[in-house]
Amino acid sequence: MSRRLRLALLAPALLGLGGLFAWAIAGLPKFGDYRGPYGYVLNQMVVPLRHSTNVVMGTTFDVRGLDTMGEEFILYAAVVGVTLLLRDESGAGRVERRTRRARSDTVRLIGVLMIGVGLLVGLWLVAFGYITPGGGFPGGVVLAGAILVLYLVGSHRDYAPFRSEHALDPFEGLGAGGYVITGLAALALGLQFLTNLFGYGKAGTLLSAGSIGILNAASAIAVTVAMLLLFAEFLETYVAPLEPEDVGS
Amino acid sequence: MSYLPYAVAAWLCLVGLAGVATSRNLIHLAICLTVTQSSSYVLLLSVGYVEHGKAPIFKGIPLHSTAVDPVVQALTLTDVVVSVVVVALILALALDAHRLSGTVDPDGIADVSG
Repeated sequence: MSRRLRLALLAPALLGLGGLFAWAIAGLPKFGDYRGPYGYVLNQMVVPLRHSTNVVMGTTFDVRGLDTMGEEFILYAAVVGVTLLLRDESGAGRVERRTRRARSDTVRLIGVLMIGVGLLVGLWLVAFGYITPGGGFPGGVVLAGAILVLYLVGSHRDYAPFRSEHALDPFEGLGAGGYVITGLAALALGLQFLTNLFGYGKAGTLLSAGSIGILNAASAIAVTVAMLLLFAEFLETYVAPLEPEDVGS
Repeated sequence: MSYLPYAVAAWLCLVGLAGVATSRNLIHLAICLTVTQSSSYVLLLSVGYVEHGKAPIFKGIPLHSTAVDPVVQALTLTDVVVSVVVVALILALALDAHRLSGTVDPDGIADVSG
């Protein structure tokens, strides 16, 4: 299809879709006029029943824990997909990589500070995920991002452990497998899959919410490592050949 | 004002689609798809908003205060994860396309494959 034909078809299609959107929006309840019962029910039930003060995480890891397991495996499948797509069997394009450090002291200083702050924020988001805003998914992404800054300010050698599949794969297994095992442990005890196993503790403290804490930690590990594996695959493929003028610098 | 968040979601969806259809670069296309997908975050969060509702995190606010719907927020989390992995896969495919055809222009790739 030529570009011109595509654009000619696009304009009426978008206009039609926009019209349908306007029609649909006109039929929606006004913004803020919430009618569904589930939000109210969960906001009333999750804290008394599960002692997880962050109701979003209580919902994610308990009320719809099975969905979140599927979500974790979406991430897992995508990492496998990217790995398979980018794997260069021939080994062509593989070059000897020389150490190349960021030249500017300012970049390196700010970068090193960002790594520390990023790791702390990430760990805080994960650890207090079921108490205050945060959780394993956003916290894991922040942790992986902080580690990636090491690549920016350090050398290839500094970053090497975080792009080695041999080092990362067991952790990805621990994250994805830990979630499933927590679910299976409930089955082994004769309960339903992913039943919250532990005492719920005191709401608002780290020792609360039972299995939610474990599932939260498992997803944090799975997300951090999945992100690092994605970065590793792209770095391997894309950054590998150094420009001639970079070699030896 | 009362329909503005929904209109923003619709607008994001439409401009994202327009970007995807007119894109001349696969990386640009991936970003446009992210814009389209962002419309679903805006829509989900708008649908769950309760007038004068607080965030559904009962740390520091009384247990029975009005709070917004946590279900749509959990769904938005799933949505973000899906968006990230879709972008990762598209970028991987873009790299492969560049390796095979030497271009990241979708029209250029179509020419190569006939």
